[in-house]
Amino acid sequence: MRDVAIVSVAQGEHRRAAGELNEVEMVEPILREALDGVGVTIADIDFTCSGSSDYLAGQAFSFVMTLDAVGAWPPIVESHVEMDGAWALYEAWLKIQTGAADTAFVYSYSKASPGDLPRVMSRMLDPYYVGPLWPDSIAYAGLQARAMLDAGITSERRMAEVAYRNRESARSNPNAQVVGSPSVDELLAAPMLSDPLRLHDCPPISDGGVAVVLAAGDRARDLVERPAWIRGIDHRIDSHQIGARDLTSAPSVALAAQHAGVDGAFDVAEVHAPFTHQEQLVLDGLGLADGVDVNPSGGALAANPMMAAGLIRLGEVANRIMDGSAGRGVAHATAGHLLQQNLVCVLEGGE
Amino acid sequence: MSSEPDRSISTMPDGLWTQPTPSVPVDLGDDPVRRQVVPASMRYDYTPGLATTRFLRGLAEKRFLGERCPQTGDVYIPPRGVSPVSGLRTTEQVEVGPKATITSFCVVHIGFGVNAPPTPFVSALFLPDGAAVSLYGTMGEVPHDQVRIGMRVEPVWVDDDQLTTSMENIRYWRPIDEPDVPAEQLKGHM
Repeated sequence: MRDVAIVSVAQGEHRRAAGELNEVEMVEPILREALDGVGVTIADIDFTCSGSSDYLAGQAFSFVMTLDAVGAWPPIVESHVEMDGAWALYEAWLKIQTGAADTAFVYSYSKASPGDLPRVMSRMLDPYYVGPLWPDSIAYAGLQARAMLDAGITSERRMAEVAYRNRESARSNPNAQVVGSPSVDELLAAPMLSDPLRLHDCPPISDGGVAVVLAAGDRARDLVERPAWIRGIDHRIDSHQIGARDLTSAPSVALAAQHAGVDGAFDVAEVHAPFTHQEQLVLDGLGLADGVDVNPSGGALAANPMMAAGLIRLGEVANRIMDGSAGRGVAHATAGHLLQQNLVCVLEGGE
Repeated sequence: MSSEPDRSISTMPDGLWTQPTPSVPVDLGDDPVRRQVVPASMRYDYTPGLATTRFLRGLAEKRFLGERCPQTGDVYIPPRGVSPVSGLRTTEQVEVGPKATITSFCVVHIGFGVNAPPTPFVSALFLPDGAAVSLYGTMGEVPHDQVRIGMRVEPVWVDDDQLTTSMENIRYWRPIDEPDVPAEQLKGHM
C-alpha cells in the first residue's frame, strides 16, 4: 500500500441558502483556497474527483458546469460520484494506490436550497414500494428514532444531549451554521416535529462545499509539515430496503471500522450523524474507547451540506492532525438513508 | 412461461434491439403487472447566480453581456461567473454582439414542444461579435437550404413591451447583408 495523506482542506461558510450564487460561484473560492493552501495549481494535480447530486441541483449533469471552477484546460483526468465527497476521496485514494496518480483533488458540494430537501431525499427510496408513498426524510428518520426508543437504546433526553453538545462545540467552528444551543431541558420542552423528533434532533438544511488535496509519500511531505496520513479506509453498505433492516443498528459501520483498522486510542472522532439518535449508532459501530473528543466541529447537526458533510468529517480530523492538536483520529461518513452506507477512515500524523 | 415481444424503439430499424430469449424461464402468470403509474413532481427555485443575473438583465435591454477570462482574455456568454478554461473568477463585463456569425447549424425536420417553429426550420449556434462561444437559437427570414456556416446574422427581438429577463426575448436570428466569415476564422469557437 502507498502512503497517502490529506494535505489541504478548505470549506465554505455553510448557510441556509446561498441564494445569490449559482453552484460554480459558490464552490470557486473553496476550490481556490484548497489548492492555494499548499501552493499548487490544477496542473500539479494528477486526478480530480467530485461528489454532488443532480437531484439537489434540479439540473442534469450539474457537476459538469461546476467543473468550470477547476480550470479543466488543458484537459484533466477527472471523475465524479453521485455521492458524498468522502466516496470521491475513496476513489481518488484508490487511483493513487494504482500508481496512476501521486496527487489528487477532491471536492463536493450542494445547494439544497432550490428544492424541498425532505422530499428530494425521498427519491432515494425504492421506486415501487416506498418511494410512491413520498415519505419525507424527517418522517423516516422518525421511524428509526422510534425503533431505538422502543428498544431502550436511547432516550429523548440523550438525543437532546447530543444536539446540545454538538451545537455548543460548533461555537469554535467558524464555518458552522447552527452555533450554540438552549439547555437540554429547554430543548425537551419544544414541540414535536415528526414524533419522536423535535427540531433539535434534525440537521440544518445547508448550502456549502468542501475541497481536499491528497498526495502520496514524499510529495505529501514536501507540501506540508504534518500530513494527515490515511492509515485505513473502507466503506460498506446495508440493505437499501428500510423495511428489511433492523433500524436499531448499523452493521455496515462496524464492518467498515473493522476493515479500516479502527482499534486502540484516538484523540478525535468526527462522525457523520445527521440526526441526533444516529450518533450513538455510529459510535457503537466504531467501538471507540472513552476519552475520544467526538465531533469538536459540531458535526452534521451544526452544518449539513448534502454530499459534503461526510468529506468535511475527514477534513476536520485531518485539520487537527495537520495543526498538531491531534495525533490520531477517526472520521466517518454516511450516505443513503438512515445510515445505510458508511465509510470509515483512520488518519494519523507522524512519518 | 411467457415470451415477451421485443419492445419497439420508434427511431431504430426493426430488430436492432432484439434480445436473446432468457435462459431462465420467466413466469409472469396469466395477468402480469405491466405498468405502475407513480405521479411525481418536485419544485425548484433555480438561482442563476451573479454573472448570469447580469446577463439576463442585459437581455431585458436587448444587450448581450459576457464576462472576460482574466487569463486568456476570452469573453464567455452566457457567463457563469467562472472562466471554464482557467477556472478563475470573471469580473469584467463585456458587451458583445448583437451581430453574430453562424458557427454550426442543423435543419430540423421533426419539431417538438409547443413553441417549435413550422418544419423544416434551422437551429444554429450564433457567435456574437467579440465573444468566444456561441449562443443557441433558431433562424428565420431565410430558406433552410440557404443557411451556411460563416453566415452573418442579427437577432430579431420581441416587442419592447414584451422584454423580460429571458432568452425568449430573441424571437429568432436573421441574415444581414455582410460577407461570410471564413470557416478558418471560426476555429476554436465551434
